[in-house]
Amino acid sequence: MSRLLRDVKDSGAVAFMALLIFAPFLGLQLGDSDSGNLTLSTRPALLAAAVGLTFAARFCFLLWEAHRPPRIPALSLGLAKSGKYAAPALLIFAIVMPFLPGIKNASIDLGVLIMTYVMLGWGLNIVVGLAGLLDLGYVAFYAVGAYSFGLLSTNFGLGFWECLPLAGILAACWGVFLGFPVLRLRGDYLAIVTLAFGEIIRLVITNWVSLTGGPNGITDIPHPTLFGLKFSMAGGPGSFAGFFGITPSPSQRITYLYYIILVLALLTNWVTLRLRRQPLGRAWEALREDETACRSLGINVRNTKLTAFAIGAMFGGFAGCFFATRQAFISPDSFTFMESATVLAIVVLGGAGSQFGVVLAACVMIGVPELLQGLQIYRMLIFGAALVVIMIVRPRGFISTRRPTVALGKAKPISADLIAQGQG
Amino acid sequence: MTILTVANLTMRFGGLTAVNDVSFTARQGEITAIIGPNGAGKTTLFNCITGFYKPSSGSITVVHGSKNLRLDKLPGHSIARKGRVARTFQNIRLFSGMSVLENLLVAQHNRLQASTGFGVLGILGLGGYRAAERHAIELATHWLAQTGLLERADDPAGALPYGAQRRLEIARAMCTEPLLLCLDEPAAGLNPRESSALNDLLLSIRAGGTSLLLIEHDMGVVMKISDHIVVLDHGTKIADGKPADIRSNTVVISAYLGEDDEDDAPLAGATP
Repeated sequence: MSRLLRDVKDSGAVAFMALLIFAPFLGLQLGDSDSGNLTLSTRPALLAAAVGLTFAARFCFLLWEAHRPPRIPALSLGLAKSGKYAAPALLIFAIVMPFLPGIKNASIDLGVLIMTYVMLGWGLNIVVGLAGLLDLGYVAFYAVGAYSFGLLSTNFGLGFWECLPLAGILAACWGVFLGFPVLRLRGDYLAIVTLAFGEIIRLVITNWVSLTGGPNGITDIPHPTLFGLKFSMAGGPGSFAGFFGITPSPSQRITYLYYIILVLALLTNWVTLRLRRQPLGRAWEALREDETACRSLGINVRNTKLTAFAIGAMFGGFAGCFFATRQAFISPDSFTFMESATVLAIVVLGGAGSQFGVVLAACVMIGVPELLQGLQIYRMLIFGAALVVIMIVRPRGFISTRRPTVALGKAKPISADLIAQGQG
Repeated sequence: MTILTVANLTMRFGGLTAVNDVSFTARQGEITAIIGPNGAGKTTLFNCITGFYKPSSGSITVVHGSKNLRLDKLPGHSIARKGRVARTFQNIRLFSGMSVLENLLVAQHNRLQASTGFGVLGILGLGGYRAAERHAIELATHWLAQTGLLERADDPAGALPYGAQRRLEIARAMCTEPLLLCLDEPAAGLNPRESSALNDLLLSIRAGGTSLLLIEHDMGVVMKISDHIVVLDHGTKIADGKPADIRSNTVVISAYLGEDDEDDAPLAGATP
């Protein structure tokens, strides 16, 4: 009974706070009188409803808090283990997806979009999840990759496959270039500098009109070819459809793009998984756990951080190059802070350091808003609320446990509360 | 034979002189203890030796055979590799989200990293990485057995009890194959049984050919195992010698009891 009384008191306090906040916003209304003067009217009913709702919501929450079952760690382990079967199943689905009956071009296109973000997430996972360096400017490398390809193709006539490695290398160079000044920074300071770096790249692209075309962007970026075969709608010799003697259709090009990004993403995953089991990957994780201890063990902290930045940036560059060829048009608008935030959200939501978690999170972050299209203006509201709920229920992401990379006997998963998140 | 020579070492932080003109030597195959009241500058001295601070003046030289190496001139991360000096920390610094075995493999990073062809060959699965890793796991297993942690090899380091974490930190430092091991209060927070097990461990490390430098408050540990003791107070060296000499040194006793020599000399003399 005393508990109930306490809950009511608590809810009352919250409702009072709501009253203070809502009173000027909902309780008062400005209007025009006929003479053109402003009038002030009150809306007590609306205000009462808002405060009442707040009271009820708080009270229900407290009741639930008291009666909810205790957290079971088995749940998170279960999800981590499910990766064992779910990951191969998802991979097989991803491979056969374009050929499933009833799959429309739009679905394949959505698959391409999700896969691009999966790849970006995996790339950023190296920097944030493994090395523990909070990077808010990842979109810079995405932009460097895209503009490398855009400029090389329009100025020198190079194709996608020649430019792909170049874009990766250039992005990696920019990764090192960014890495140097931020080596000494940690945590919030690192985040701010990387954020600024992302903006600098975008602003340079916007303002260097003679080179990049400024806000107008770069148009007519070539589509990728398959061993020199073009995917043109006209058909004829030298085109994919003409060579194989089939009718040209847009789905051929989309399917081809789909497989390119699938292979690129899987390459990212493969390299990351290999590196995690190597000394370099272990050094990254050790760096996230304790930088001082790393130094005392003879690990060159500077070089190790720079490799994390460079390799993460390289995959960002690959993804950017793919983005340019897919869109055939790039402009600075595609490389805003929003993109960095989305990719970072994918990594955090998936559970920093977890490869499978990134896939799940990319499906949620990119797929769900697309699927909710029908709900019009409410879709972002629902989406935002869903993210808040997910982070409350699973504060360290979908898959927060970590599997050791080496074991004498049987590897035991390490729970999230022991794992450091890195101080930058 | 000398392994470490500290000469006229001074460390200033702004107006504060934490270590003032300290000179001493540590001999090879011995356990040298650095003792002193709280705030005497012991940990600062350690941080200078292991490269975490650059000394304001003076020199720190480590001797490997016929080669002399100035530790104060090396970049921080080279001290473990080139200087072959390893250390532990007063407040334990393990990689708590990694397994015990992983902690010991990270300690062997430089050797393993070289065997992967700096990452490239390792990704492709080429080169002698597998053999190098097998060897690294053997070394790790050896030190796990020495520290009694073999059964916990696959547990997360952060989940070990306190005493085991202390031992793991020593094992991790030993996996860098150092010639000089610097321990910052290894017995802090250990119960008497654990502390006597620690004595045996340190003696066995010494028997294995690694010299030790030890900061310790637990006089039971210090007097029992150290061959040589250096006493610091307010950043200056006040005594240097064998445990028996230190025990009867009046300057040391008055420093520890916080007595002023002139006022309370009889009391200081009465407590050897």
